[in-house]
Amino acid sequence: MLKKRVIPCLDVKNGRVVKGINFVDLADVGDPVESAKAYDAAGADELCFLDITASHENRGTLLDVVRRTAENCFMPVTVGGGVRDVEDVRALMLAGADKVSINTAAVRDPSIVGRAAEKFGAQAIVVAIDAKKVSGDGESPRWEIFTHGGRNPTGIDAIGFARAVADLGAGEILLTSMDRDGTKAGFDLALTRAVSDAVTVPVVASGGVGTLDHLVEGIREGGASAVLAASIFHYGTFSIAEAKRHMARAGLPMRLDGLEGTP
Amino acid sequence: MRIALIDYGAGNLHSAAKALMRALDETGQRGEVIMGADPEVIAMADRIVLPGDGAFRDCRESLAVVKGLEEALDHAVRGKGRPFLGICVGMQLLATRGLERGITAGLDWIPGDVVPLKPADPALKVPHMGWNTLAETARHPVLEGIALGPDGLHAYFLHSFHLIPEGTGNLVATAEYGGPVSAIVGRDTVIGTQFHPEKSQVLGVKLLANFLKWAP
Repeated sequence: MLKKRVIPCLDVKNGRVVKGINFVDLADVGDPVESAKAYDAAGADELCFLDITASHENRGTLLDVVRRTAENCFMPVTVGGGVRDVEDVRALMLAGADKVSINTAAVRDPSIVGRAAEKFGAQAIVVAIDAKKVSGDGESPRWEIFTHGGRNPTGIDAIGFARAVADLGAGEILLTSMDRDGTKAGFDLALTRAVSDAVTVPVVASGGVGTLDHLVEGIREGGASAVLAASIFHYGTFSIAEAKRHMARAGLPMRLDGLEGTP
Repeated sequence: MRIALIDYGAGNLHSAAKALMRALDETGQRGEVIMGADPEVIAMADRIVLPGDGAFRDCRESLAVVKGLEEALDHAVRGKGRPFLGICVGMQLLATRGLERGITAGLDWIPGDVVPLKPADPALKVPHMGWNTLAETARHPVLEGIALGPDGLHAYFLHSFHLIPEGTGNLVATAEYGGPVSAIVGRDTVIGTQFHPEKSQVLGVKLLANFLKWAP
């Protein structure tokens, strides 16, 4: 049986982790490769790198991080941030990314999704959607896509866009609620459910995790195939093992081999 | 032991190279992993590994443009019986035909077609993405000592297509995803895994070590 996935996400800027993870035995908390190794050993199901470097000039730094991670980890890695064209996808895939996440470029021109999927297969292409609720109380719910960290509205309906990019060849949707991101109030479950129901590809829920029950809700109520979180893991609030055991106890199918403390 | 890891521009080899080295350590043997597509590298290899990430057609074309590669593979594997492992699309390429974005001829080492996954339960998402357990359909040395079945170890899958071999004789293991998904195929000295052993932690390293110890 296919298991639900728990995915820690690391923000990387100029080759360094922005919010270093709080693992006691980490030699260099700012080194993304060290963090990746720690999550690999902890039993994370996948890892996500989000590059938030402002300029494209230092792309080599990110590629080097991905290359060193692939050399040191036996875990699947998704890399996103700053992907502008199919050549960027290729460079990341050749460096060792298992999946590449496309965000703003897909909003500007969705055809990049089809071109990338044709070259690398749908399974390697993730479209990251950042959505905010724009409907008022009493109205039927509507979410709009925002870019640039939630600052720029696009006027594009998030559900329709998710359906369109999945049809074009996206193999996964990484869905972040910009309303919930950083709040620790839990996922926007209505948004997650609406997107999961609209597409036939897996949806990764993101934005707002504060408790372990939030992870369970994202799957059970949101219909997500995987849950992504950053700060609860980085700051050591919960370990990957605690998260996965909690989800398993709640009745979700989880992979418990490879967890710290499991023989 | 010389392990040839075929580099034909269809994906990254770092993880596979590293995992093979770790598996080699586990077998207690000495050896090296040689990345390349040189027919001489293949001719001298004791084990041959063909990875592959991407679309079937694209990988097939990449394989075909390397001069002498297919002949060298055919000679080493089918001629001399060198143990061969195909991973993901490297496994799918063993089929007669791939049906991803048109029909593309495969190597035809394991008769069958690579077809889209169609889980019986429409609620199941495609791609089949993530960790799944394996069920053995035929005994095979590469599965020696690996816990199988619903409570067994997990393998990492990332695919929308799978290889359906003609007949059942060449199917070694399946994963359950709204029906059986071809997880491992094998014939003579050829083995192929749809999942990624190099990303499958404990199960993956064990399977690779078994492959290196395998003396068919």
